[in-house]
Amino acid sequence: MNEMTSIAVKTTLKDWESDQEVRWCPGCGDYAILKAVQRTLPEIGADPAKTVFVSGIGCSSRFPYYMSSYGFHTIHGRAPAVATGIKLANPELDIWLVTGDGDGMSIGGNHTMHFLRRNINSQIMLFNNEIYGLTKGQYSPTSRIGTTSPTTPMGSVDRPALPCAFALGAGARFVARGFDTSKELSNTLKAAHAHRGAAFVEIFQNCIVYNKDRFADFTEKAVANEKQLWLKNGEPMLFNKGTQGIALDVEKLTLKIVDVVDGDWQGAGVIVHDVTNRSVAHMLVELPMDLFPVALGVIYDDPRPTYEDEMLAQDTRAREGKAANLAKLLAKGQTWTVANAPEDQGPLSNV
Amino acid sequence: MATILAKEGAAEARSTDNVPEAVVVRFAGDSGDGMQLTGGQFTLSTALSGNDLATFPDFPAEIRAPQGTLFGVSAFQINFGSTEITTAGDQPDVLVAMNPAALKTNVPQLKAGGLIIADSGEFNKRNLEKAKYEVNPLEDGSLAKWNLLAFDISALTLEAVKPFGLGNKEALRCKNMWTLGLALWMFDRDREPLIQWLKDKFAKHPILADANIAALNAGHAYGETAEIGGQVKKLHIDPVPSAPGLYRTITGAEAISLGLVAGAQMADLPMFFGGYPITPASAILHYLTKMKEFGVTTFQAEDEIAAIASAVGAAYAGSLGVTSSSGPGIALKGEAMGLAVMTELPLVIVNSQRGGPSTGLPTKTEQSDLYQAIYGRNGDTPMPVIAARSPADAFECAIESVRLATQFMTPVMLLTDGYIGNAAEPWHVPDPATFKPFPVKFLETTNNEGGKVLPYKRDENGVRPWIKPGTPGLMHRIGGIEKAPDTGDLDYAPATHQLQTDARKAKVDGIAHHVPAQDIDQGTEKGKLAVVAWGSTYGPIRQAVRRARAKGLDVSHIHVRHVWPLPANLGDLLKGYEKILVPEMNTGQFKTVLRDQYLVDAKPLNKVSGQPFTIAEIEVAIEAALA
Repeated sequence: MNEMTSIAVKTTLKDWESDQEVRWCPGCGDYAILKAVQRTLPEIGADPAKTVFVSGIGCSSRFPYYMSSYGFHTIHGRAPAVATGIKLANPELDIWLVTGDGDGMSIGGNHTMHFLRRNINSQIMLFNNEIYGLTKGQYSPTSRIGTTSPTTPMGSVDRPALPCAFALGAGARFVARGFDTSKELSNTLKAAHAHRGAAFVEIFQNCIVYNKDRFADFTEKAVANEKQLWLKNGEPMLFNKGTQGIALDVEKLTLKIVDVVDGDWQGAGVIVHDVTNRSVAHMLVELPMDLFPVALGVIYDDPRPTYEDEMLAQDTRAREGKAANLAKLLAKGQTWTVANAPEDQGPLSNV
Repeated sequence: MATILAKEGAAEARSTDNVPEAVVVRFAGDSGDGMQLTGGQFTLSTALSGNDLATFPDFPAEIRAPQGTLFGVSAFQINFGSTEITTAGDQPDVLVAMNPAALKTNVPQLKAGGLIIADSGEFNKRNLEKAKYEVNPLEDGSLAKWNLLAFDISALTLEAVKPFGLGNKEALRCKNMWTLGLALWMFDRDREPLIQWLKDKFAKHPILADANIAALNAGHAYGETAEIGGQVKKLHIDPVPSAPGLYRTITGAEAISLGLVAGAQMADLPMFFGGYPITPASAILHYLTKMKEFGVTTFQAEDEIAAIASAVGAAYAGSLGVTSSSGPGIALKGEAMGLAVMTELPLVIVNSQRGGPSTGLPTKTEQSDLYQAIYGRNGDTPMPVIAARSPADAFECAIESVRLATQFMTPVMLLTDGYIGNAAEPWHVPDPATFKPFPVKFLETTNNEGGKVLPYKRDENGVRPWIKPGTPGLMHRIGGIEKAPDTGDLDYAPATHQLQTDARKAKVDGIAHHVPAQDIDQGTEKGKLAVVAWGSTYGPIRQAVRRARAKGLDVSHIHVRHVWPLPANLGDLLKGYEKILVPEMNTGQFKTVLRDQYLVDAKPLNKVSGQPFTIAEIEVAIEAALA
């Protein structure tokens, strides 16, 4: 977010819909994310003229075409680098980066890392469906071990990358998680937008064609209570209707599940979520899905100066008291003057 | 070269009885001996004395190669004179060899009868072994065809700086100043600017300044007091008769940086430069970081791809996007160039060519990226290519690149090379008041009353409008995927791709009518032989053609700046010659382009040794072609 967008502009969801036909597969999780974004932007008073959606390549990266703001559908993996140039050229623009697990974690992993490290003020939505959809179903860097796909007929053997752990490792100052159909997604996006700096949001997204119901084991209503840990700053980490919570295993320096009896979460040792606690954030994003609920919402939020603010301040300092005098610049260094030529040297010829 | 005031050929006659009109000096030593600095300072002194000049820094890829080794030799060659100078010279007249390895690697090029100045103090057993000499060449008569002047520069330097109490290592570092002092004496130069420079350089360490000045003076005095014994005579080279005005020395890297800044000012745009360190292109990034007051933003990206991608982003946001690299980095940038072609955004890509393929010869020069520049992207991806011929010419080429990029909404590749980038020559400083600005006009209100904005509506030159995000009411989406005309909406219907591919090609082809007609550098419009070339071969070709014409040979020189699209008149021009010779530092790339474009029987003259052509090599080829 930035000062410009904080001047609220009145829009409705309709104002954010472009005239382009949406080309995702029927039932794709991307539809729900698109609606969540289009619902969120009016609520935060965003200005379509100052909003830019930048994407790479993949199903998720078609996103900008469906938003009636400015948009740039770039090349595979390079959206963070393009966005960096946009932001440095015009810091007043509000940048939303749309990427996927293949685009952002694989071919563009390097750019994602440096974008987060530099802390370019923007929102990064990484749609994680654990599969390459647009290229017809190959396993991705976030696919779980054993994923069978056209390129891994006997199941994948490489360990998956954890996008949020990657982001924290790269130095991200805002890390959050949501999933496509969640009602909370809009609030998470609002928090990301309110964070000044690179705000990283991993969104689990259901690819109904190549990886159907991959996340059903924690997104389905039937298991939501026991498998979803919704985090709120300043509140205890409770789930399963408050009957269970997350506590610190002081011996092992890990997190553990504890039972909460009669609401006495303090007695059970449940810890209070502090979005500025980087160590706990690391533990939360690495909780094994089979044994723990999935940490969702804003996991970490602790702003630091952004790259563009620091760089522009430096540029301003460098420019102080200096006029842009081109003639002076060209004549810099050790110079000498040739006086008017004697007549016998003939006409001037440029060679 | 300087802006020379003389009729062609007149300068040739200026040489008087004993004084040559030009002299070539080569300083060679160990990487750690400070030869580049010595050469640079000698260059400044030469420029200040009014000679025309050209230089050729020739250094190893290793930062600190092991001392005394053959591959660790660093050399700096300068050609200066009272006449027009366009190359660093074929063969040195004077070789300064600071150790056996420097002698061994450089003496074969020395002109017969030339002078060797050698530091005998370094010709010890250890250094001789490292240079693979079995016996000391200073003593075995093997250097008989040259004049040899060997004395213990190391000891003389140590003696000169003794009063300053430096350690042995620090004291020996002053050796290059001692040598420079002797060179300044030889060519009758003023020491004062150099003394001032040393005082400034070592302002915080006055002892080092004093020691270096003492070494410089001692070297000078050594010549003066004739301890050398008549082998070397003081030589005064007259100033070259130049057009009046202000001059400075300039390297290609400086000229490109200044040209980009000037171009951005003329386009009325802020500049965004995305770069990644690579030899020999980094110098441009270094220079531009110091020009922030001209609205320059520099960004050191995480890799070559991010460097260009960020420049594309900045161009989208309304800045002049610039990126720069050398062959391997340019290869990595290819996909993003395609994005700039597809989205039709202005961008300048500077390629400082070096020897290839792969890592190749990082610090040596070559012209082998021409195919890469013209054709090296996926799809039908046309892009204008401009090639600089000399350090000073690079300034104008940079401005021209900015002009074409912004006026035609296209990426433009500017080709230079390791030789142009590092070499220095005098530059007649232009007056910006004489520049013709080409301010960019962004689209600020809709171009389609009553309907949605048309970001891909083309004008009579096939150029689309440039729309900055942030402009109210003009929201639109662009991307690398095929798009419908006018609206830019995603559309990959067969007819659309045909139409858009044709439109992108027509736009770039059409630029041929918006660039200056091809001129003839020397010679006549019709004739027996035309030497047709591009880039840094300009210097040796110009001299070779001049010499051949002086001998009465019917040869003309055409040097092409706009290598893509080629100037509209070039085809007709070439048809006026019976033979066409194309010298190139590659295996014949431009020759192939010319054959393809004009069905002419262009003959190649190729060299890929990492060294520029000598004048003689081209002269021989001209004579052979006309024999």
